[in-house]
Amino acid sequence: MHMNRRTVTVLATVAGAALLLQGCTGTGGSAKGADAKAPDDPAEVSGTITVLTVRTDLVQDGTMKKYAAEFNKTYPKVKVEFQALTNYEAEIKVRMNTDDYGDVLLIPAVIKKNDYPKFFASLGTAAERGKKYRFTDFTTVDGKVYGQSPVGVMPGFVYNKRVWKEAGVTEWPTTPAEFLADLKAIKAKTDAIPYYTNFAAQWPLTSWTYVDGSVHCDPQATTKLAEDDPWAENSDLRVGDTLLHDIVKQGLAEKDPTTSNWEESKPRTAKGEIATQWLGTWAIIQFQDAAKKAGVNPDDIGFMPFPAQTDGTFCATVGPDYNQAVNVHSPHKEAARAWIDWFTDKSGYDKDNLAISPLEDAPMPEVLKPYEEAGVKLIELDDTAGAKVKLIDDESEVGIYKPEYRQDLVDLARGAKKGSLDDFLGGLGKKWTETQATVSD
Amino acid sequence: MAHAHTHLPPPRAEQLDSEAAKTVSKRGAPAPAPRRARTWRLLTPWLFLLAPLVLLVTFTYAPIANMVAYSFTDWDGVSPELHYTGAENYTEIFTREDLFQVFWVSGYYLVASVIQIVAALYFATILSFSIRFRNFFKGVLFFPSLVNGVAIGFVFLYFFQDGGTFDTVLGLFGYHTDHAWLGTPASANTSLAGVSIWRYLGMNFVLFLGAIQSIPGELYEAAELDGAGRWHQFRYIILPGIKPVLTLTVILSVSGSLSAFEIPYIMTGGATGTETFVIQTVKLAFQFNKTGLASAAAVVLLLIILLVTWVQRRLVPDDRVDLV
Repeated sequence: MHMNRRTVTVLATVAGAALLLQGCTGTGGSAKGADAKAPDDPAEVSGTITVLTVRTDLVQDGTMKKYAAEFNKTYPKVKVEFQALTNYEAEIKVRMNTDDYGDVLLIPAVIKKNDYPKFFASLGTAAERGKKYRFTDFTTVDGKVYGQSPVGVMPGFVYNKRVWKEAGVTEWPTTPAEFLADLKAIKAKTDAIPYYTNFAAQWPLTSWTYVDGSVHCDPQATTKLAEDDPWAENSDLRVGDTLLHDIVKQGLAEKDPTTSNWEESKPRTAKGEIATQWLGTWAIIQFQDAAKKAGVNPDDIGFMPFPAQTDGTFCATVGPDYNQAVNVHSPHKEAARAWIDWFTDKSGYDKDNLAISPLEDAPMPEVLKPYEEAGVKLIELDDTAGAKVKLIDDESEVGIYKPEYRQDLVDLARGAKKGSLDDFLGGLGKKWTETQATVSD
Repeated sequence: MAHAHTHLPPPRAEQLDSEAAKTVSKRGAPAPAPRRARTWRLLTPWLFLLAPLVLLVTFTYAPIANMVAYSFTDWDGVSPELHYTGAENYTEIFTREDLFQVFWVSGYYLVASVIQIVAALYFATILSFSIRFRNFFKGVLFFPSLVNGVAIGFVFLYFFQDGGTFDTVLGLFGYHTDHAWLGTPASANTSLAGVSIWRYLGMNFVLFLGAIQSIPGELYEAAELDGAGRWHQFRYIILPGIKPVLTLTVILSVSGSLSAFEIPYIMTGGATGTETFVIQTVKLAFQFNKTGLASAAAVVLLLIILLVTWVQRRLVPDDRVDLV
């Protein structure tokens, strides 16, 4: 065997490499605590900053450059460069193992809240920022805030008003049963697909988790997820999941969810081939744009809350989108901070996207006028237990923020998977509560 | 390494020697090769190997070593803290039944690879004989191997859509099935396995064709003179002649079936009972942030494939075949 020596050499190299590389693991977040202070004089702050974003579309069509040019009117010495990441969560996770993850980035879901000070520079205290901005507690660790979302989002149904009217429905349904009856009317009286799951695109299904809070109008809904069984009788998630299950089971969703197409679903909804989708306020502008491109009336795109009322009023939750943060390793923290402040307060990004402003005192956007008229109550969820919920979610592999369990739910409803809804939700609840016991705060 | 010289055909060896002599005489050194020259001669092959070895170690062995190291930790993929957990991840993998159930899905791909090998062998044999439009058919069969796997996934998503290409084609022949091809676990897995046949058939085909064409032509002539038909030529000349390639293909197909990933991941993302072991591993690592557990799963898959290969080599030993 003259293979031996070579085998030994290779093994030795491998072992050596293993020892060497051990030291390279996760050095990204080794720094601890830093502040990104707002610059005193906008004319003096300088440097080139890299801003990471998920808005590939806005980088490609030059919209972000226009924002940067506007920003430079106030901060002439700062050069802003953009990097759009298509698969943000996976890519940023790898990059955050180094120090080089841009100067301004979006806080990814993978970073544990308690690790924020190791990765991001603080934007100020919660007490001070909370007066001016919404959503501060979503990124607050030990009284300091680490991120700020430039827009607020609200989950809800995007629907085609014309189709719903054609089916004879003029009032928003107030219970899941009414909602189902309305979808049936749409199926009977129009050619439209009453509800579109977007099963194949996966992530749209995860928005069903955000029914949480609006069903019982409870700002403490996240805390309840951390402490109780989310699928207990009459709990928010169970009500939402049962509705989705019934929609599919009663044949009110698209015929073959497995080959559904998200991009196509936008113009199809605009044209009235699809009646309803559970998404969020962020989707309205995309559907209106699709309507304009398809040459149909963008005003047909409507938005309605989850069909449930507490004390006679609808309820909707307002939460942050991705939070912008400053890299703790950034050499230009002041410039980075200046960008976040400007982008949040002055850029008009929220208005351009018909989104809810992150500023406490700003009025609601025009598209939510029907909400004001209907007296929909808007609440913000308390996110104190948010980190724990994420931890339970990962540990138990239930995945309330992942598409898989809703895909299973849809499969169950259309008979591609065996079992009953009660057993399915019960099984999830069991996994969840068992993990709750082992996870500490 | 020094043996290399003896293997060179004689004329070239002489040439080299004379060249060596020339350099030596120029320097005016004594006749036997000096120590430096010998050291160089030993070193040269290694210098040539340096670039590929560096690449191999950096991009293959080092990451594997790292992965093995992670598999003994509870790392989440990004946190600066990681704890050594011993064999805990491995215990979890072997005690959790649900993690192994996904291997049933590999059954579909195993069956598909049998069909794929038989079909590839059939086409390779036919196209090794001289028939009309031979090169055209070769191109047609090999073409899918040139297309990016992700693109194939998307193309076939449209293909299987309700009222998509497949339904249209069937409609032309008068079948109106109205069947959701990716709708149930059995149907979805069969469809995906079908795509995988389409994708990898060309590669197998080219391997077989190369092996068949390396069989000396006289053998066929001799066989024909002895009155052997096409079937006998295949059975007694081609089949034994390509046995090593055939064994290799089977091993690759089995390991490919166990680690099927690309096509199901793009097309269904593992929904509707199409989750394979690798998709599950990716989900553990990138959705549930259990990098440690996922690394352990990857190591286990590697070991399973090595084991299967070893068993296979035991059952079908790779003897040298002598056709002449």
